[in-house]
Amino acid sequence: MTTEPLPEHPDFLWRNPDPRPSYDVVIVGAGGHGLATAYYLAKNHGITNVAVLEKGWLAGGNMARNTTIIRSNYLLDESAAIYEHALGLWERLPEELDYDFLFSQRGVLNLAHTLQDVRESVRRVNANRLNGVDADWLDPDEVAKVCPILNVSPDTRYPVLGGTFQPRAGIAKHDHVAWALARRADEMGVDLIQGCEVTGFLKDGDRVVGVETNRGRINAGRVGLAAAGHSSVLAEKAGIRLPVQSHPLQALVSELHEPVHPTVVMSNHVHVYVSQAHKGELVMGAGVDTYNGYGQRGSFHVIEHQMAAAVELFPVFARAHVLRTWGGIVDVTPDASPIIGATPVENLYVNCGWGTGGFKATPAAGWTFAHTIATGEPHSLGAPFALERFTTGALIDEHGAAAVAH
Amino acid sequence: MLLITCPWCGPRDETEYHYGGQAHVPYPENTADLDDRQWAEYVFYRDNPKGPFAERWMHGHGCRRWFNALRDTVTYEVLATYRPDEPRPDLAAPAAGGER
Ligand SMILES: Cc1cc2nc3c(=O)[nH]c(=O)nc-3n(C[C@H](O)[C@H](O)[C@H](O)COP(=O)(O)OP(=O)(O)OC[C@H]3O[C@@H](n4cnc5c(N)ncnc54)[C@H](O)[C@@H]3O)c2cc1C
Ligand SMILES: [Zn+2]
Repeated sequence: MTTEPLPEHPDFLWRNPDPRPSYDVVIVGAGGHGLATAYYLAKNHGITNVAVLEKGWLAGGNMARNTTIIRSNYLLDESAAIYEHALGLWERLPEELDYDFLFSQRGVLNLAHTLQDVRESVRRVNANRLNGVDADWLDPDEVAKVCPILNVSPDTRYPVLGGTFQPRAGIAKHDHVAWALARRADEMGVDLIQGCEVTGFLKDGDRVVGVETNRGRINAGRVGLAAAGHSSVLAEKAGIRLPVQSHPLQALVSELHEPVHPTVVMSNHVHVYVSQAHKGELVMGAGVDTYNGYGQRGSFHVIEHQMAAAVELFPVFARAHVLRTWGGIVDVTPDASPIIGATPVENLYVNCGWGTGGFKATPAAGWTFAHTIATGEPHSLGAPFALERFTTGALIDEHGAAAVAH
Repeated sequence: MLLITCPWCGPRDETEYHYGGQAHVPYPENTADLDDRQWAEYVFYRDNPKGPFAERWMHGHGCRRWFNALRDTVTYEVLATYRPDEPRPDLAAPAAGGER
């Protein structure tokens, strides 16, 4: 057995233009979401006089730090609809973008370790099927068939009582996704501007008319924020308060191994999630640190806990070495669902609050956000995720329900 | 791992504590007069600063009491901890016993 070689990619994927004085649309943040928004603004709406401003380097934020799990097995109808739309887009994007970003539909197993887990999981499988999302409930023997290295013995501290399986779920090569979107957006005329930090907003009364940056003022017809963990810091500069809290979320990888792990395994109860990257690293994540933070690093006890869980579930990992750990800053909302849509400031739109799970949503986030920015109206898939829900009380409470514990 | 000083028990590892979010968020007065927006502010909106943040912690594995901490959300340094009945310390003011 050998691991898969990564595809070659061209040397130059986008221009590096200086900012122009004015654009129809300025997007803040060149993560996956900002890039997908620019791509769909150009492709679906013909709006190409667009700049994506990035304070660091393109896709160097959470886009470069996540564990790349893609799935749509969310409990609630609104969530299932938007994440399943994303999964449908993922399935056709490699061809559409003409870029093999190694979208691998190897399936995702969400394990159940308690009777309550089992009931919640079976309920989610039924909800998924009603929403046209592929999902199966597997007993421990069936779990072991999907992932033979998993320890399904009844003698562990938290035995595997079964799991839900979404066969169409999987992983993708995150950097390549960003580069693929960036190349196409650039080709259609979008300016991708790195090293350009938005430091303030230009306003005319209660309307935004541009942004202040470390590279000067840039006028804009409309401004879209896609700044993930820094959304509230940015929104505050526009005079808006957002109901998000920023938390460190960590991940780690082992050194390279032969292919041993054929799917993605997630467990809330013992809290670890594991897949094997295309090159062969074991990629693991766990929960957020409970406290707020912007330091792009997290607490060691979280890593200890996740490693203990991983080794109990996968005894074969006991002798693997951790090669690298890192953290990203994720913005978490009170109902664990994202915010997409208008803000109290005219012509200023926000896409944020994706918390620990926004990578999988990348194409749908871009699709719906582009629609909102282009038309000034919410997209039907994005409408339930408007900021107003915290005032009306129409929350989309995916805490726990979404098959993650945070 | 953070080292946090409980005002009653002294310095202990972060794992002994439970995080409680922003401190000094008073229950609203005249609740009957609040509109939905104001209720939303109280229930769902919290500050999320980059820098010093006054927040609540509970010493779950110790005295089980709530207290407040001033912590920098970028460096994670715990700048001060204090009892819930004490005001937020003014870090700009010189501490007793000289300049800090
Ligand atoms: C460790 C970890 C594991 C994760 N695992 C998964 C997973 O398995 N599956 C999944 O679906 N999701 C996962 N996520 C979540 C996912 O990464 C995020 O939800 C998603 O990346 C957020 O959207 P984005 O890609 O646009 O964010 P980012 O890539 O963070 O983009 C935001 C960009 O905005 C820029 N920015 C911020 N402020 C400014 C400013 N003032 N001016 C200019 N630019 C600015 C930042 O530099 C950054 O590049 C994980 C996250 C982390 C940290
Ligand atoms: Zn104590």
